[in-house]
Amino acid sequence: MKVPIEFTVNGASRRAEVEPMKRLLDVLREDLALTGTKEGCGEGECGSCSVRMNGELVNSCLVPALHASGAQIETVEGLADSSTLHRLQRAFLECGGAQCGICTPGMLMAATQLLAQNPHPSLEDIREGLAGNLCRCTGFTRIFESVAAAAALEAHAR
Amino acid sequence: MRGNPATHQFAAPGSLEAVLSLLASEAGEWMPFAGGTEIMVAHAAGRLRASKFVSLCGIPDLRFISTNESELSIGAATTFSEIRKSDSVARDFPLLSRASSWIGAIANQSRATLGGNLVNASPAADSSPALLVYDAEIEMISVRGRRRIPYSCFHLGYKRTALAPDELLLAVHLPRRFTGHKQYLRKVGTRRAMAISKVALAVTALIEDNLIREIRIGAASLAAFPTRLRRTEDALLGGAITSETIAAAQAAVMCEASPIDDIRSTANYRRRVGANLLNEFLRSTASDGSST
Repeated sequence: MKVPIEFTVNGASRRAEVEPMKRLLDVLREDLALTGTKEGCGEGECGSCSVRMNGELVNSCLVPALHASGAQIETVEGLADSSTLHRLQRAFLECGGAQCGICTPGMLMAATQLLAQNPHPSLEDIREGLAGNLCRCTGFTRIFESVAAAAALEAHAR
Repeated sequence: MRGNPATHQFAAPGSLEAVLSLLASEAGEWMPFAGGTEIMVAHAAGRLRASKFVSLCGIPDLRFISTNESELSIGAATTFSEIRKSDSVARDFPLLSRASSWIGAIANQSRATLGGNLVNASPAADSSPALLVYDAEIEMISVRGRRRIPYSCFHLGYKRTALAPDELLLAVHLPRRFTGHKQYLRKVGTRRAMAISKVALAVTALIEDNLIREIRIGAASLAAFPTRLRRTEDALLGGAITSETIAAAQAAVMCEASPIDDIRSTANYRRRVGANLLNEFLRSTASDGSST
């Protein structure tokens, strides 16, 4: 039976009529048409579907809609200002942190979480912060360099 | 075959009392749902056996870390992120702190709960070896009342626990008397994050004048469920740490462990590595006397 779920997504109040066991990933993609969040493994192992929920990083494939009720959700669509890329997005572009792009939204959200808690991470911190996000293209080095580059940018540059 | 969310009931009564009466009303029908990191995987794969779930979200009685003079208590629905961030856990129970930091990765730790890890009862559970060597107690609650049992008695067999169908795991209690013990924990897996253990071993030992006065050895993936290696402990208890006792203890692990061959490793490898981890611990205490 569908139930109404109200929550905040990227700062805007949203509402959806969904089954309470529906995956947050599917609610975002199907009900809210926010297809930036990708499905990789669908079992919490690859991090492609990472979003932030109440300031914590979660795999949206493992969050039932019921648990997102009333929550603050941040997805990759919320990173850029209308015309200005987030500094992490710019760094990923400039440092070659993205290739096929499937893991990129999750990488960006995990990196956003990391920088929110640790604005000046060491390489070891970056590796740990992104350890739950798998990339099969880049070999990770350029992703880690992108995060380090974004951290080095002025904080006021978002 | 993907699971269909429309076939599941999912209630969120919002209080401990309401959850317990639901569990009691149709014992065995309702499955408690905490962080969902196991249930949602089974759901996605279409292999969920239960069809009715009751959410433990937003129930403060289940989500806390508190201390008194004698023990530290952790609510069953406390997440591993919260345990990892706790200064009191890090101070008195560093092995649990460390185990919490290598469960899955950040996005799993923010959802997965201590109670879920224990009730799921995987032989490879990451928090179990630490809880075993800290003499943890498990508190369970139902409409019939509360009871406490040693964690070492909680697992009854492969994926079988002492929890009755109408019972909920309420809290884990840890006695605060291990700061003077040598402590050791090591997990062996294919990579640091997101890897299920091939084998993991924890040890706490009270060593005075090079004699082992107390020792507890907790193992994951060395039996059908997380367990103390009691015969190996007996082989070491009261003895001095010498090459002979270390060899005898390694032989005891090889004999006592009953691991299996599976997709992650072989029984022989697990037995041998379990013995080697104990060797690593014993040699570290003999050489410099410092704890890990």
